Amino acid sequence: MKKMAPDSILDVRDLTVKFFLDEGTVHAVNGVSFSVPAGRSVGIVGESGCGKTVSAYSITRLLPKTARISGEILFRERGGDITNITELEPDGGDMRRIRGKEISMIFQEPMSSLSPVHKISNQLSEAIIQFQGLTKRQARARVIELLQLVGIPQAERRVDDYPFQLSGGMRQRAMIAMALARNPRVLIADEPTTALDVTLQAQVLNLIRDMQDEFKLSLILITHDLGVVAHMVDYVSIMYLGMVVESGPVIEIFDNPKHPYTRGLMHSIPKLRGRRGERVEPIPGFVPSAYALQEGCPFCERCPMREERCTKGIPQRVQVGSEHYVCCHVYQPGEGEPDVVNA
Amino acid sequence: MLSMPDDCILQVTDLKKHFPIEAGFFRRKKIGAVRAVDGVSFSVETGRTLGLVGESGCGKTTTARAILRALDPTSGSVLFRTREGIVDMVKLKGPALKGARADMQMVFQDPYSSLNPRLPIMDIIAEPLKAHGYPKKEREERVKELLSLVGLRPEYARRYPHSFSGGQRQRIGVARALALRPALIVADEPVSALDVSVQAQVLNLLLDLQDRLGLSFVFIGHDLSVVRYLCDTVAVMYLGKIVELAAVDALYEEPRHPYTSTLLSAVPDADPHAPWRRDIVKGEVTGDEREIVGCSFEPRCPYAQEICRNQTPELSSGTVQDSTHLAACHFAGALDLEGVS
Repeated sequence: MKKMAPDSILDVRDLTVKFFLDEGTVHAVNGVSFSVPAGRSVGIVGESGCGKTVSAYSITRLLPKTARISGEILFRERGGDITNITELEPDGGDMRRIRGKEISMIFQEPMSSLSPVHKISNQLSEAIIQFQGLTKRQARARVIELLQLVGIPQAERRVDDYPFQLSGGMRQRAMIAMALARNPRVLIADEPTTALDVTLQAQVLNLIRDMQDEFKLSLILITHDLGVVAHMVDYVSIMYLGMVVESGPVIEIFDNPKHPYTRGLMHSIPKLRGRRGERVEPIPGFVPSAYALQEGCPFCERCPMREERCTKGIPQRVQVGSEHYVCCHVYQPGEGEPDVVNA
Repeated sequence: MLSMPDDCILQVTDLKKHFPIEAGFFRRKKIGAVRAVDGVSFSVETGRTLGLVGESGCGKTTTARAILRALDPTSGSVLFRTREGIVDMVKLKGPALKGARADMQMVFQDPYSSLNPRLPIMDIIAEPLKAHGYPKKEREERVKELLSLVGLRPEYARRYPHSFSGGQRQRIGVARALALRPALIVADEPVSALDVSVQAQVLNLLLDLQDRLGLSFVFIGHDLSVVRYLCDTVAVMYLGKIVELAAVDALYEEPRHPYTSTLLSAVPDADPHAPWRRDIVKGEVTGDEREIVGCSFEPRCPYAQEICRNQTPELSSGTVQDSTHLAACHFAGALDLEGVS
C-alpha cells in the first residue's frame, strides 16, 4: 500500500518520460514531482518543450506508444484507496475508469479536440450514454443542462450545432462541459485560453473558477502565461527542460523567486502596470535540445549565476521557505543565501 | 501636391476595406460586405511607434495589409513619406508602388510559416534586395551586415530555417524587413508566437533598432503589456473602427472608451497582488455583415444608453479639450472608467 500526504488527491513522484524515436531519445520529463491538494489548484508553468504537457498527458496516460514512463503517479480514489497510475495499462479497464470520470482534461485548441463531423449533442452524450447508462433522450437533456451550466446561451438550439458553428469562446465552453460531463474530481486544463482573446480568456477562466467551486474540483492548470498563473492557482511549479526547478505557493513564488530561471522569467515579461520605462531583461540564449540529457543543471548554459559545480551533477531539491522548494546548486545546504544578480 | 505634417511619416485617412460576400452558384451575386476596416484614420510620427490593438477580427491586420497595399483598400488614403517625397499608397501602381515599398516593410507573426524552408537564410534575407535589382556581391555583403545587426552570426548565412529556434527565426524575419533600409516597419504580432524568455529578446531588438536606425513602427498586437512596453501612441480597434486613440500612458491610465477599460481590466497582470476583474466582461464580439447603426460596442457596454443604439459616435475628444486623446464614445470623458497605473 502506497502512502501519500493526507490532503493530496494526486501525487506525482519522480516522473520520467522518454520518447524513443528513430532519430534518438527525447528526454521530455526528467524526474518531476508535485502534488495536488484536494480541492485546490496547481499551476505548471514553462516554455514550449519544457515537458509540462507531457507531464499532464502522463497523468491521463494519453501519451503515444513511443513514450516510456517511469516514476509514480498516485491517485486517491473516492473510497480512499490509492492507485498508482503509472502501473496501469493505458487502455486497460482501470485507466478507462479513471480517465474522464475521475480525471478529465480540457485542451488548448477546442477546434482540433472536438470532432468536426459530429454535433455537440452527440459528442457530449457519447460518454454519458456509455458510462452512466442513460437513454438518448435523458442524455440529451443532461447535455443541455451542462451547456447551460457553462453559460452557452440558447443551449436547446446550440446543442444541435456542429463545432464550426460555435465561436472560439463557445467551443471552449463546450469543451469544459464535456470534461465535466461525468463529474470528475480532477480537471487538467492544458493552456485552456491560449487561443482566446483577452476578454474571452477572462470569461473562460472565470468559468473554470466557478466550475471548480461548483464541482469541488482539484485543478491542474498548464500554461506559459505568468499572468494567468498569478491569478488562478494556489501553488505553482516552474518547469525547465523536463525538470521542476522551483515550486511553492503562488504568492511566495512571485514575491520571492529564488531560482535564476524563475527570476529570469519574471524580468523578461513586460508588465501592464508599474515598471514604466524599465527595460525587460531577456534570458540570454535559448532552450537546449531535449535529445541530449544534460550532465549538470539544465539551466546552467543560460544562467547568470553559473558556477563551476553547476556543470556537474543535477542539483537536488532544497527547501528555502515554507512549502517553497528550489532545484539549484547555489542554494545547496551550508552555502547560505548567495549574492544574486537581478535580486 | 500631397502634404502632411512635417513630423509624420504616415497618415492614414478614412481607410476602408470591405470584403464582398457573394452567393449563387452559376451567377455570383454580391449580397453584402464584411466591413473589416471601416473608416480608420491615424498618423505615425517619424521615429515613433504606433500600436494597433484589438481582439481577433477587429481589423488590425487588414489595416496593416492595406497600408502596405498587400491588399487594395476600398477607399481612403494612405500618405507615406518616402525618400522621394510624399506618396499616396492607395493610388500607386507598378514601379512607383514597388519603389515606395522599399521604404515600408513588414515583419510577420509566425516565424515558422513566414520563412521558406527550402531556402538558406542568405537567400531569404536577400530576396527583397534581389527584387530591387541589387547585384549578387552587394547582396551577400548586405546579408552579413544584417545578420550581425539583428544579433545572429554571419556564418549562419548558409543554414536553412529549420536549424534556428523561434526567436532566431524572428530575427531573420526582422533582418529581411530591414534589407532595403526602410523608414517604416509594419510588425504584425511579431512576438506572439514566441516563448516569454525569447519574446523579450525580440522586443529589445526592435527598440534597439529603432534607436540606431531611427525607424518608425506600426506595431500590431493583442498583448496589452507588450504594447505598453513598445508603443508611443496606441489605437484601440473594435469591429473595424478605432474606438480610442491616445498617447500610451494617457490611454492606459485614463481610458475614455468603455471598451479600452474593459480590455485593460480583463488582462491578468503577472502579479498576484494586482487587481483582476475576470467577471467584468460580458458577451462576445457581435460581428455581422449588416452596417451597424449606433455604437458597435453598445451590445456589450455596461454604460449603453438610448443614444448609443441610434447614433454612431465619432472619434472625438468628447467633453474634454484635449485633441491628443480621442475616443469614439458619446460619453467620452464623462464616464468614470478604470485604467491601470
